[in-house]
Amino acid sequence: MKFTLSWLKDHLDTAASVAEIADALTALGLEVEGIDNPADALGAFTIAHVLTATRHPQADKLQVLSVDTGAGTPVQVVCGAPNARAGMKGVFGAPGTFVPGSGITLKVAAIRGVESSGMMCSMRELELGQDHDGIIALPDDAPVGARYVDWAGLNDPVFDIAITPNRQECLGVIGIARDLAAAGVGTLKPRTIPAVAGSFPMPRPIAIEDAEGCPAFAGRVVRGLTNGPSPDWLQRRLRAVGLRPISALVDITNFLSIDSGRPLHVYDVARLTGGLTARRARAGETILALNGKTYTLDETMTVIADDAQVHDIGGIMGGEHSGCSETTTEVLIEAAYFTPERIGATGRTLGINSDARARFERGVDPEFVVPGLELATQLVLDLCGGEASDMIIAGQIPDTSRTIAYRPARVAGLAGLAVAEDDQQAILTRLGFDVERGDPWQVSVPPWRRDVDGEADLVEEVVRIHGLDRVPATPLPRAEGVAAPTATPLQRSQRRLRRALASRGLDEAITWSFLPPAHADAFGGAAFSLANPISADMAAMRPSLLPGLLSAAARNMDRGAASVRLFELGQRYLADAERPTAAILMAGEARGRDWRSGPATRPDALDAKAEALAALAALGAPVQRLQVVAPVDGWWHPGRAGRLVLGKQALADFGIIHPRTSTGFDVKGPVAAVELYLDALPPRSRKREAWTPSPLLPLSRDFAFVVDEHLPADSLIRAVAGADKALITAVNLFDRYAGPGVEAGKISLAVAITLQPTSATLTDAEIEAVSARVVTAAAKLGAVLRG
Amino acid sequence: MTDTSQLQGDILAQIAAAASPDALEAVRVATMGKQGRVTLLLKTLGGMSPEERSLAGPAFNGLREAVAAALAAKKAALDEAALNAKLAAERQDMTLPVALPPTGSVHPVSQVMDELAEIFADLGFAVATGPEIEDDWHNFTALNIPEHHPARAMHDTFYIAGQPNKVLRTHTSPVQIRTMMGQKPPIRIIAPGRVYRSDSDATHTPMFHQIEGLVIDKGITLAHLRWTLETFIKAFFEVDDVALRFRPSYFPFTEPSVEVDVGYSSKTGKPAGAGQVDKWLEVLGSGMVHPRVIAACGLDPHEWQGFAFGTGVDRLAMLKYGLTDLRAFFDGDGKWLKHHGFSALDLPSISAGAAL
Repeated sequence: MKFTLSWLKDHLDTAASVAEIADALTALGLEVEGIDNPADALGAFTIAHVLTATRHPQADKLQVLSVDTGAGTPVQVVCGAPNARAGMKGVFGAPGTFVPGSGITLKVAAIRGVESSGMMCSMRELELGQDHDGIIALPDDAPVGARYVDWAGLNDPVFDIAITPNRQECLGVIGIARDLAAAGVGTLKPRTIPAVAGSFPMPRPIAIEDAEGCPAFAGRVVRGLTNGPSPDWLQRRLRAVGLRPISALVDITNFLSIDSGRPLHVYDVARLTGGLTARRARAGETILALNGKTYTLDETMTVIADDAQVHDIGGIMGGEHSGCSETTTEVLIEAAYFTPERIGATGRTLGINSDARARFERGVDPEFVVPGLELATQLVLDLCGGEASDMIIAGQIPDTSRTIAYRPARVAGLAGLAVAEDDQQAILTRLGFDVERGDPWQVSVPPWRRDVDGEADLVEEVVRIHGLDRVPATPLPRAEGVAAPTATPLQRSQRRLRRALASRGLDEAITWSFLPPAHADAFGGAAFSLANPISADMAAMRPSLLPGLLSAAARNMDRGAASVRLFELGQRYLADAERPTAAILMAGEARGRDWRSGPATRPDALDAKAEALAALAALGAPVQRLQVVAPVDGWWHPGRAGRLVLGKQALADFGIIHPRTSTGFDVKGPVAAVELYLDALPPRSRKREAWTPSPLLPLSRDFAFVVDEHLPADSLIRAVAGADKALITAVNLFDRYAGPGVEAGKISLAVAITLQPTSATLTDAEIEAVSARVVTAAAKLGAVLRG
Repeated sequence: MTDTSQLQGDILAQIAAAASPDALEAVRVATMGKQGRVTLLLKTLGGMSPEERSLAGPAFNGLREAVAAALAAKKAALDEAALNAKLAAERQDMTLPVALPPTGSVHPVSQVMDELAEIFADLGFAVATGPEIEDDWHNFTALNIPEHHPARAMHDTFYIAGQPNKVLRTHTSPVQIRTMMGQKPPIRIIAPGRVYRSDSDATHTPMFHQIEGLVIDKGITLAHLRWTLETFIKAFFEVDDVALRFRPSYFPFTEPSVEVDVGYSSKTGKPAGAGQVDKWLEVLGSGMVHPRVIAACGLDPHEWQGFAFGTGVDRLAMLKYGLTDLRAFFDGDGKWLKHHGFSALDLPSISAGAAL
């Protein structure tokens, strides 16, 4: 919302400075986003008198002017404007002045051999309009030497403030003035609403068929008018707030919209067929709106139509057909009340953001329908002449009057701030509320405050005007003792896992929750997609954390990274639930080439397994009891990936990403990855078994078995460990060999078992017996003790 | 006697001249061996008269002890020299580089979330969470944002295709609703997490992180809010004093609504007390929870009241750690993460400083 200082002062009698007003606005919740004074950019331009104008000796289209700038000796200016002539007054820029419209700083220069010391300016050069056909011509009484901005009334700071959706009344300058007055920044000027008497009956009927969308519609006709450009003061105001002056009739409606928050519409009566009706649009009806676009309407939308066609998307935008032009001599002025909810829905459907929509959508003052029409009529008569008809009102002005029971003690109760009851009453009264003190108070809400409907709202009003920043600081009561732990088990797991992974040399990334659909499809497809993604590449809610990390890996490698080690903690969005998940990705070099370790290595599936087990161990999962089964999902390498399960519960997948998948993400070379399903983890047990150290020394025995090369090593280890669960406390695979000495299709697996005697040192016979059981257990898998 | 001392002189000279363990062994055999000169000399004692023996005995034994001692000393010296030579040969270049294990890092957003959890735990706030794909009742309606309210349009909401009542949560405030419906007051929670707005430019990303705070109790006022925020800002930014500015604002789910500006000193680059403030940062939205929101959660607004606040975690991280580009937060660039991330060991704690 933009307005100028002088506009504000139409409604507010104040001596406050611009800075004081700005501070007050911000303190009132009307946040100042900018203050701009055109005079700051144009202050150096002065009014000058062209004494003589002669033809440039070298150029037909140029003239050489002698210009009295009011500073003594006239200066010589070369000018190309066709309208430059002796005797005229214009706007002069001296050498050294920056011309905002052309972006140059003036300097003394020879133009086609003739020296020019300054410039006579056009409207466009001063950014005051589009006119560049000639230089600005000022009236003869303009004072030579004076600052142009002062004389032209441009020295008028423009405030730009943000209006929150609840402060609909501040979409009118008068509402802002009322707030400032309530806060003691001046006094609100009383405004008299003219009562324009009609000199003839309203010639066009007005009817309401859609009372829900348009409960009230007041209108009247003004005939015999002339619609030329609006006067300077009006054009200047509109331009200052960023609107383009169009014609007196249109400018009047824009003026009242900003001045009083009252949108209006004017129809060229000559273009109407019969009267106007507020009704629902018919499906498929179209309108060419004033923004030059054609909209197709439907039956949810309220329109104003005559007997032939739709002329106005009610409360949002008028139509081109009945728009006013310089030939208009008779207008119908509409002041209606449109239902906010309907305006919002229609505006969203059509995608129109107009000043009218902004106001109606938030809710205009229903009781200002008739006064708004009176003000508009008077302005039309003043600026365009003509005579007004009687006013007619169709429908019923909605009665929004209401009274709130209010306990002034609630200011202290909610805000913790002491405000005397008399002060509270004065604040509410200045804001337009009607206060009847009692127990409780009865406070009537003014019709322009649609947002206020409860006691808390009134507390807010009092505190807002009294000064919200005056709220003191009071400590929250503190529980006794040391603060109790607050994290949930899942939160503790996540924090622990994050730091465990970081300590293993992985960098934590945070990637988008939404993916290109093709990336989601490569990982099983998204269960949820966005209806309105910011781009097609951010449409699919991720079913896995891996695609985001793969894309990040590709970006890293594009930037020359030799090694990528990333992890992420976040949600997967599956059809049944959001699942807390962790993922690890390793690509590029697992280990760089080094003088000690030799050539660089690539990450392999067992590196991924090591990370998965380390992560699970950090989370307290019983890693000894986990089993590895084949991967289920197609994005894993079929032979170099696995799933870690506890019983039937999958805790993690690990391995090499299927090369077709990883190359699809433009990642070269093998990608080792882990996805860890945090919601599948068993609760972490903090219990520990009793400490029972054995006084007896453990001993170790080695066995080498020849087995089928496809035998999973894990099954041999389990078989060996199971040979004597009491004595064998560890089985360690220390060698894996295929080659000379071992027949083709077989491998040699060597394990060391640790025997921990429990009651007495083992005898040779006992050790032999255990060894025999080990060999027997292995034999069940086809393992033969290597000779 | 002269013979003995001369012999001793000879032998000691030979010992001294032995340059290697072998040479020394040869001297030992030639002197102390079975046929050695000293051994043979000692054997002559047996054939002497008592008088002769009483004279020669001490002399011969003196000779034997001197030779044995010299042999032992020489052996030790030769062993020492041999070890020194061996060690000298084992010398390695201690300036050779060694490969360190890769260093990992914790994302600044996670670090800040851990810091916030730690600070608020001390104030008695638990951490609450909720789904990111939310229904519009929790995200809007229960928060006093009815269907056609302009505030709903202001949220730049992402909608789920084919499920018109599902949205990506636009704020962490639905966690307020879930908490109030799920547990009995008094309530003190913070709710950090990912939120989404259909907005993308230099300072906005369509996904970012918020943290929500909620206190519901009896007699809670804006004054408690002010103290809580002051306390939090001081702890988070590790400053002794901070000026806050309360400005009226509008959030449908609070009444009164308060925009909180944090006073900032360009000189220290940190939040500062009133005297040092030269600019204000818009950091927090807050207010007293709207009675309708409390009622929508099944609580009696005449009995329970409280405050809520929300702020951007990414923005807090940027302010505290001097980060500038929000988009880089979500790029997964290893160099950026290593540069701006935190060591796994930098675990925020009250005793070590919630902020590190």
